[in-house]
Amino acid sequence: MYSRQQKELDRLQTKVAKGSMSRREFLSRVSAMGLGAMAPGLYMQSAMAAPKQGGRFRQGVTGGATSDVLDPGQILDHYMLNVQFGQLRNNLTEVAPSGELVPELAESWEGSNGAKTWNFKVRQGVEFHNGKSLTSEDVVDSLNHHLGEDSKSAAKGQLGAVTSVKADGKYGVVVELSGGDADFPFILTDYHILICPSNGDGTVDWQSGTGTGGFSLVEHEPGVRTLTKANPNYWKPNRRFFDEVETLQIADSSARENALRTGELDAMNNVAPKTADLLKRQPGIVVDVTKGNKQITLPMLTNVAPFDNNDVRTAMKYIIDREQWLQVVARGYGELGNDNPIGPANVYRATTDELPQRGYDPDKAKYHLKKAGFDSLNVKFHAAETGFGGSIDAGQMMAETARPAGINVEVVREPDDGYWSNVWMKKPFSACYWSGRPTENMMFSTVYWGEAAWNDTYWKNAQFDDLLLQGRVETDSTKRRAIYVEMQQIVHNDGATVLPLFLQDIFATNDKVRHPEVIGGNWELDGCKAAERWWFA
Amino acid sequence: MSSLTRIILQRLGLGFLTLFAVSLIIAFVVELLPGDITQAMLGQSATPETVAAFRKEIGLDRPAHIRYFEWLGGIFKGDLGQSLASKRDISEFVGTRLSNTLFLGGLAAAFAVPLALLLGLLAALYRNSIFDRIVNLTTLTSISFPEFFVAYILILFLSVKAGIFPGISNVSTNLAFGDQLFRTILPALTLTLVVLAHMLRMTRAAIINLLSSPYIEMARLKGTRPFRVIVYHALPNAWGPIVNVIALNLAYLVVGVVVVEVVFVYPGLGQLLVDSVAKRDLPVVQACAIIFAAVYILLNLLADIVSIVSNPRLLHPR
Repeated sequence: MYSRQQKELDRLQTKVAKGSMSRREFLSRVSAMGLGAMAPGLYMQSAMAAPKQGGRFRQGVTGGATSDVLDPGQILDHYMLNVQFGQLRNNLTEVAPSGELVPELAESWEGSNGAKTWNFKVRQGVEFHNGKSLTSEDVVDSLNHHLGEDSKSAAKGQLGAVTSVKADGKYGVVVELSGGDADFPFILTDYHILICPSNGDGTVDWQSGTGTGGFSLVEHEPGVRTLTKANPNYWKPNRRFFDEVETLQIADSSARENALRTGELDAMNNVAPKTADLLKRQPGIVVDVTKGNKQITLPMLTNVAPFDNNDVRTAMKYIIDREQWLQVVARGYGELGNDNPIGPANVYRATTDELPQRGYDPDKAKYHLKKAGFDSLNVKFHAAETGFGGSIDAGQMMAETARPAGINVEVVREPDDGYWSNVWMKKPFSACYWSGRPTENMMFSTVYWGEAAWNDTYWKNAQFDDLLLQGRVETDSTKRRAIYVEMQQIVHNDGATVLPLFLQDIFATNDKVRHPEVIGGNWELDGCKAAERWWFA
Repeated sequence: MSSLTRIILQRLGLGFLTLFAVSLIIAFVVELLPGDITQAMLGQSATPETVAAFRKEIGLDRPAHIRYFEWLGGIFKGDLGQSLASKRDISEFVGTRLSNTLFLGGLAAAFAVPLALLLGLLAALYRNSIFDRIVNLTTLTSISFPEFFVAYILILFLSVKAGIFPGISNVSTNLAFGDQLFRTILPALTLTLVVLAHMLRMTRAAIINLLSSPYIEMARLKGTRPFRVIVYHALPNAWGPIVNVIALNLAYLVVGVVVVEVVFVYPGLGQLLVDSVAKRDLPVVQACAIIFAAVYILLNLLADIVSIVSNPRLLHPR
C-alpha cells in the first residue's frame, strides 16, 4: 500500500517540478491520498528545488524589427522590452511577480508635500557592466532623458507631471511634480524608464547597451538576434541563473512553435490561441498563460455625433455578445470585460457586486437608442489586425448581433500601415488594444483622464477627473479603494470605450525550463523578466 | 568583339539610368505612403510633441526633394547614408544581410540550375515518356504550392519528424562555413523546389522546339546518338531562351524570398526591406531597392551577353 502511495506521490512531484501541474491541483490530489496535512510542504519540496546556475536560455519572441534601437525611450514592442528591461538594465522600482511594488535600483523612497516631492535613495555598491559605479547622476540623467522639449521618448507622457529631477548628494535624487501623485514610484516601473550610465554632460550612454542588469550585451543584430552573457557582479540576490541568453526575433508563429518542438528554443512568447491546444499535446512542451491587464477596446469619439450622446454609447455596449467574442477572438484564453479598464492584475478592481457584468441585450440597446431619439442607427466600425488581432471577424459578429437592436454596423477594413496615426483617435469608432497598467491611477491617467494625450475617445467627465486627482494624493487604502470603485462605475456607465475582453498571453517552454510558482502578470514571459527569474532543471 | 564591348557599355549606361529612375520612383512612392517614420516608430505613443521632436532630430522637417538630392549626392560619394531609425551606417548592416541573401540564393541556385538543366535535357530526350510526365508533374506541383506551404512541409518531414535539419536557420556571422551551410539547406531546398519547374520546362521546350529543325534531322541521319544530338547540336542553339529564364529565376532567388526568410527566420535582405518599408525608413528602402534593381539589371545583362555569344547573328541586327 505504502509503495503505491509513494509512487503516485513521486509522479505528482515530478509533474510539479516540471511545471506541468498547478499548486491547487497538486494539493487536492495529495489530500485525496490522505496526506492533506503534509501537502503544502511536499509541494514546496518539489517546486522549490533550488534554482541551478548555468546554460544558455534561447527564447524566440515577437515584436523585433531591424529599426530597433537600444534607446530605452524608444522601446516599442516585446523584443526590445525583453532585451533592455528584462536583461540589460534595471529601473528604480520593480513590480514583483505578486503585483507589489518593490525596490530595484532605488533602495527606498519617500513622498512629501502632498505626494508632490519624492526623495529616492539610490542603492549603493551597484556597478554598471563597464565597471562604473551607479550614482545619483546616472539616475538624474536617465530620468531627464525622457523629459524636455527635444525628447522623443514614449515615456514623455507618463512623466508629464515631473517639473524637475535633481541630485541630492551622491546617492539621493529629488523629483518634483506639478501635482501630487501617490503612485509616482509605480510609474518608475515603466519599461522605458531604465537607468543608463551618464555621459557626465547631462546625457546618457544608451548606445552601448550598458546597464546594471543581470546580463550584458555580447551581440545585437536588431530585429534578428541578441546574445547576452551573465553579469558576474549582478547585485540582486537569488536571481540570474542562466550563463547566457539568446533572444531571437521570430515573427511567424508556426516557425516559433516548430523551433520549440525541434529543440532550437527553450521558450517562446505569443502562442497563437488557435494552436495552443495542439501545442499542449506535444511531449516535452509546457504551455502556460499570463493573466494580465491586456485588453481590447472599441473607442467611440465623444466629440462627434452620434457618440456625443451617452445613450447611443450605452446602446453600443449592449450589442456585443462578449461570450462569443471570448470563444472566437480569444479562443477562450481571456476573460469578459465590463467596459472598465481595471483588470485582473489590478488591486482595486471593482467586484461584480459593485459593478455587475454587462451582457448582450438587444432590447436594452434598443431602449437606449430610442431614448437618444433614434429608431435605427448606421455605424462604421474601422478595424485592422494592428488594432487587435481578429478585429475584422469580431466586427462581423458585432454586425450580426447588433441588427436586432436596429443598429447597422458596417465593418471598414483599414490598412495596417499607419493605423495608429490615421485611424485610431481619428475615426469615430475603431479597434484598439492596451497592455494595461499596474495601477488604477496610471491606467486612468493614461487613457481616461480628460487631459490625457492618449484619451482616445476625447471623453471628459468632471466628476471622474476630480476623483482621479483625489485618488492620486489619497494614501489611505480603504478610501482609495472607494474612489477607484466609483471611477470604474463612472467609466462603465458614462465612458466612451466598449471593453469586451481581457486577453491572456500564452507562452510555451520545453520541460527543462523551471520558473517560480507565481509569475509576473504585468508583461508576457514573467513580467518580461524570464531571463533573470527562470532557470534550467 | 568590339561591337560586343560597345553593347555592354551601352547597356551598363542604360542600367545606371534605370537605377536613377528606380531611386526617384521609390522616393516618390515612400513619400506617398500614409504616415512617416516618426509615427511608425512611435506607434500608439506618437503624441504631436514627440513626433515633432523626432522629425526635427532626423531632419524630416525639410522638404522631400532636398532630402532626396542630399541622398543622391551621398551615393555618388559611395555613401549609402544612415538608417533614420537606428542611426547606423547602412553599408555596415546591409552588407551582412546582402551576403546572407547571396549565400542562400547561391546555394539554391547551385541545387536548382544543374538539376533543372539535367532534368530538362532528359525530359526532352525522353519526351512524352513516363519519366517526362513524372518530372513535369512533380515540379509543376511544387511550383503550384505557395512557398510557405512547401517550407512547412519540408520542416515537418525533415526537421520535426526526421530531425535531420534544424527548424529555423539561425545563422550569424561568426558561424563556421559548414554550420552555415547545414542551417541554410532547408530554405535553399524550398527555393529550389519553387524555381525548378520554370527553368526545367523552358529547357525542355527550347530543345524540343529545335528537334524538328533540318540540321537536327541531318545529325540523326548521320547516326549520332540521341543524347549527343541534344547536348552538342540542339543545346548550343537553345542557350538564349534558357539563359534568360535562368537569369530571371536567379534574380527571383535574391529579391523574392521574403516569405522563405520569414518562415525560416533567415536574416536576409528581404526582411530588412519589409521592416524598413513598414517603418518608412527611406534610406534603407532606397539601398535595398537599388541593390535589387542592380541585381536584375546585371543578371539580365549577363543573360543577353550569353545569348549573343552563343548566337553571333544577334550581333548584327537586321
